[in-house]
Amino acid sequence: MTRTRTAPWWFALPALTLFAFVVLIPSARGVYYAFTDWDGLDPAFTLIGLDNFTAITDDPDALQAVWHTLLIAVAITVIQNGIGLLLALGVNSAIKSRNFLRVLLFAPAVVTPIVTAYLWRNLLGPDGAVNSLLALFCIAGKNWLGDPDLALWMIVLVVVWQFAGYSMVIFVAGLQSVPKEIYEAAAIDGSGPVRRFWSIVRPLLAPAITINLMLSIIGGIKLFDQVYALTGGGPGHATDTISTLIYKDAFTLGEFGYSIALAVVLTIIVAIASAGQYTVLSRNERAAS
Amino acid sequence: MNRYTKGTLALEIVMIAVAVVFAFPVYVLINLAIRAPSDTSSPIAPTSSPTLANFAQAWQEGGLGGALINSLAVTAISVLIVLTVSSLAAYPLARSTAHWSRGTFLLIMLGLILPFQLAALPLYQTVRDLGLLGSIWSLVLFYAGLQVPFTTFLYVGFLRALPRDFEEAATIDGCGPLTAFRYVVLPMLKPITVTALVLNTVSVWNDFFTPLLYLSGSDQQTMPVAVAGFVGQFVSDWNLIFAALLISVIPVLAVYLLLQRSIINGFAGGLKG
Repeated sequence: MTRTRTAPWWFALPALTLFAFVVLIPSARGVYYAFTDWDGLDPAFTLIGLDNFTAITDDPDALQAVWHTLLIAVAITVIQNGIGLLLALGVNSAIKSRNFLRVLLFAPAVVTPIVTAYLWRNLLGPDGAVNSLLALFCIAGKNWLGDPDLALWMIVLVVVWQFAGYSMVIFVAGLQSVPKEIYEAAAIDGSGPVRRFWSIVRPLLAPAITINLMLSIIGGIKLFDQVYALTGGGPGHATDTISTLIYKDAFTLGEFGYSIALAVVLTIIVAIASAGQYTVLSRNERAAS
Repeated sequence: MNRYTKGTLALEIVMIAVAVVFAFPVYVLINLAIRAPSDTSSPIAPTSSPTLANFAQAWQEGGLGGALINSLAVTAISVLIVLTVSSLAAYPLARSTAHWSRGTFLLIMLGLILPFQLAALPLYQTVRDLGLLGSIWSLVLFYAGLQVPFTTFLYVGFLRALPRDFEEAATIDGCGPLTAFRYVVLPMLKPITVTALVLNTVSVWNDFFTPLLYLSGSDQQTMPVAVAGFVGQFVSDWNLIFAALLISVIPVLAVYLLLQRSIINGFAGGLKG
């Protein structure tokens, strides 16, 4: 009886209203518009069924963008978390510079992504600092962002540089839950560092791994700022992702219906990735505990 | 494990080398920002005669002062709204076991999956019809709603782990629900409020896509859009651009260095949810 009285339902109203107005209703309208020929301006539009979606499957640029989106998301997830974990193991040791390094390596994660992307656009340019550095070692420079085979990987590089410290911080928080006594007892019993990591540390890291994978894969799928600033989707369409196509189709081509159909595709991919990850990881977490 | 062995020294050296590689872009950023445009030596060579002229010019021509104030206003107001409405909503959502409560919670959690790209275009139309395009209030409204799911998720997770005893005692003592919330529940929510404050502030401050859509073509800008506009205007004048980038980064890094412990803990704090 007291329970309903302490927390009245109308406390949820302001949040629910804002959420409905900004997210829920526009998203629902978005799904509806995906089946129309809406141009963003004209209030008169007609339902055209699946035409926008078949247009996507018939559009090699769109299919390529879907592929780029998945490739970037997976590459970022694997590389960023791999490096983040190594950094976490490094700073979670007895080294004297550990606090300084933690603050330094995390710093890029709070900086505006569009700013770091513009910085790197210059660094990776033909006369940029990366090529100057390579020249010191007599390595021929490349046009990193102008080469269709390299540009996509440069986007991955910039994101990993910025957010490896973020993964690191979450892994460090996880590592601190590992009891020292057990770890040291195992060392005395003669298990090597790899064995200790796999059998003791890894299971206890499960929650940190879940959060990190979730953040990086969903962040990777939605990635927009870095692509916009580094390559604008180019050269040609070599680095276009679903997000950059949504922007271009709507705001430079005025094809709102098509653009929003792409947003629906993006939503479906995010939903599948989240659900898949949730299932696999919660099973692992249960197995580990 | 805590002894400083030869292995520890080797690790220390490796880690510092890694940090130097990570910091290299920042060195180039500063190095070029303090260099006169006439100096065409290698970008990695230390600048021989440093100047602050680029900063003065970038500040005057980029409209960065106005953008800074807009960014501060948008971030402060929208984060304050989000924290207020989300903590308030989390209270019944975490406490009540009724059907409507679970349903509402799941509905709000749906927002964690929906990418903002889906809502962005229909909302663009609404914002335009309301005559709010080009106004920073469109952004305040947008973030206030967009950040609700994640913030509510944090608060509900935290509240569920807290005992009900205090608030029930307060009710029995005759406190109304708002008084009980304000004086009993809210103080207990302080740790998660710090986390929510940090994460929301960083994501609102850094957002680029939304102001790109809703403010483009107007004289109102936030810092990320002003920087992008600056790059578009001064295409290859990189010394000037780097000065502008550095100006936009300095307030963020200053706050970060000042509050490093709370900020890092805030980012790691999502882990407990």
